Amino acid sequence: MSNSAQLKISSELADKIRKYGADTYPHECCGALLGRDIEVADRRVYREIHALHPLVNRREDSPQNRFSVTSADVLEAEKDARERGLEVVGWYHSHPDHPARPSQYDRDHAWPWYSYIIVSVANKIPEEMTSWRLADDRTDFEGEEIGLQQAAS
Amino acid sequence: MSVKVIIPTPLRVFADKRESTEVTAKTVGEALGQLTNEFGKLRKHLFTEDGKLRSFVNVYVNDEDIRYLSKENTPTKDGDTVSIVPSIAGGIF
Repeated sequence: MSNSAQLKISSELADKIRKYGADTYPHECCGALLGRDIEVADRRVYREIHALHPLVNRREDSPQNRFSVTSADVLEAEKDARERGLEVVGWYHSHPDHPARPSQYDRDHAWPWYSYIIVSVANKIPEEMTSWRLADDRTDFEGEEIGLQQAAS
Repeated sequence: MSVKVIIPTPLRVFADKRESTEVTAKTVGEALGQLTNEFGKLRKHLFTEDGKLRSFVNVYVNDEDIRYLSKENTPTKDGDTVSIVPSIAGGIF
């Protein structure tokens, strides 16, 4: 595991995201990442993902290339996080038959601070998984290194 | 009118890590204006370049969505809470 990784997630949770992507193929899956930010000795911050909160993709008109969740869904995910002593720190979704790279549409709709995990799913097989954060000036997404841990901490 | 504005988690880094702030406002529009006057970096994330609320920014007065009231002209009174709640969207292109 890379100690410089900005986002840490257990292999088990990473595999769950891949499975959700495969199960919902050819549609996009989506859900919340629950976790917390940890500041370490040299003032670096890394983000630990401790749980997922799967959500229903509300884009019934175009679920193969769009996902959305409502403010009520966001509040439900935040409530789940609070009950677990965690926070909603980001969102995951899949890109069916498309690379795990954020699109212009992703960027136009993104919030800063959140981590956006994207998993590419090709023909029902999950492939690359990446994580991104919107730049403060909204001009771009910055890649976030994902560090896989053997067991959830 | 003294109104509390709840700042959503992803924007707190631009608001001195505050969860909420008190503003004086007669409408939702005024409350959001006061908020972005106090924390200028929020403006870009709440509003488009032509000054419209971004589609994924949802605003409530107490528990009512302003889209079903008078949008940014919705009046606010003493003790009201204006909440900003994200919705989330994305896609492959």
